[in-house]
Amino acid sequence: MRGNAELHDLIAPGNLTAVLDLLAAEPGKWTPIAGGTELMVAFSAGRLNAPRLVSLWGIRDLRFIERREDSIAIGAGTTFLDLRKNAAIASELRLLARAASWIGSVANQSRATLGGNLVNGSPAADSSPALLAYDAEVEMISLRGRRRTLYAEFHTGYKRNVLAPDELLYAIHVPLRFARYRQYLRKVGTRRAMAIAKVALGATAMLEEEVVREIRLGAASLAPYPVRLRRTEAALIGRKPSRETADAAREVLLAEVKPIDDIRSTEPYRRRVAANLLEEFLLGLQREGRGA
Amino acid sequence: MSVLWPAVRFTVNGEVREVHAPPMKRLLDVLREELKLTGAKEGCGEGECGSCSVRMNGELVNSCLIPVLQAEGAEIQTVEGLAANGKLHPIQEAFLQCGGAQCGICTPGMLMATAQLLAANPHPNLAEIREGLAGNLCRCTGFIRIFESVVVAATRDSASATDEGAHDAR
Repeated sequence: MRGNAELHDLIAPGNLTAVLDLLAAEPGKWTPIAGGTELMVAFSAGRLNAPRLVSLWGIRDLRFIERREDSIAIGAGTTFLDLRKNAAIASELRLLARAASWIGSVANQSRATLGGNLVNGSPAADSSPALLAYDAEVEMISLRGRRRTLYAEFHTGYKRNVLAPDELLYAIHVPLRFARYRQYLRKVGTRRAMAIAKVALGATAMLEEEVVREIRLGAASLAPYPVRLRRTEAALIGRKPSRETADAAREVLLAEVKPIDDIRSTEPYRRRVAANLLEEFLLGLQREGRGA
Repeated sequence: MSVLWPAVRFTVNGEVREVHAPPMKRLLDVLREELKLTGAKEGCGEGECGSCSVRMNGELVNSCLIPVLQAEGAEIQTVEGLAANGKLHPIQEAFLQCGGAQCGICTPGMLMATAQLLAANPHPNLAEIREGLAGNLCRCTGFIRIFESVVVAATRDSASATDEGAHDAR
């Protein structure tokens, strides 16, 4: 069944306040649509369950990148092309810059937004592992005000999140304190462009006297939504990166993850690749430790 | 076309157009059905194949993923806007010369992706060409000749000509 445009209403109030007014007046009745790279696919296939949509595209208050003292604030309506073109993102949040380059292709990056990627909540979301590794926060907005939460606590289930029906994701705040941490990000998919991740792992770690003092592991496609691998992280604190540490960490990871099993890959394959990525990161830390 | 629907105005290939269409109607369908610009093709209908690529406000977009209401006020360039004064655009000449078109379905999208690439980067290397065209699939698998076409287009100093027909806002 093809989508029928006549069965959907779409309005474009053009500014943030007007959109928030609408969401407050009729909470849950309006579906926000930004660049459309997700919702228009559903529409074309005739499976868009959204009779009334409100456009966020072109709302300036949602599209910004601001370098602040100890963080970079990114408006939810910022496109991945905006992220790729931004010098501060490229130099200070290189994992996020790399993730942005993975999104679809040029024609998707020009439309797809960071906020849309998070609100859509795909378990395979390209930007999530980097944001989890950077301990990002998300800021939500409604007529009632603004609130912030850790991005790691934003998703609550498959395609579910903490947004109230009258709220929009407003901004993503990425701390800059990881500049001197070891950083890692790798996506395994079928091809470089367009492909949705089979598995992706993002990581930041800080070592002192050769042992892991801090580590954050952000994973895509290893749970029904993007997650931190907190048990694996905990098992690595105080450990010296080595072959033995990597072997032990693999076991913890394999016990912790619950990969999705879908058309793109199988659960056993995802488990194995995830463990391999973690090992690659840890052995890289070991090499770095020796070199230092 | 029905006057029951609100008007959406935008510029296509330098010409101001006004359509009356359901706001969720895809830009691709408006271009093809209302404006009879059938260069942009529907391949996958989900933003994976690039055969519906057009340029909008100086960026490459998949017109199958854009509700027409979001094109309000935009400057759009379709493949029909590449040739000027009865003369093919240098990018089109290069595709002709190099055999960059086989069945032709992907070609309008390939041309627009090339125009986008060369507008920002007049002399791309092969890796940059491959990335610029990565969202455009050729089911005849004629990629090598397509990439060669882009190389030839770039060496023909077509970069300066690329934006002549682009009518970009920026």
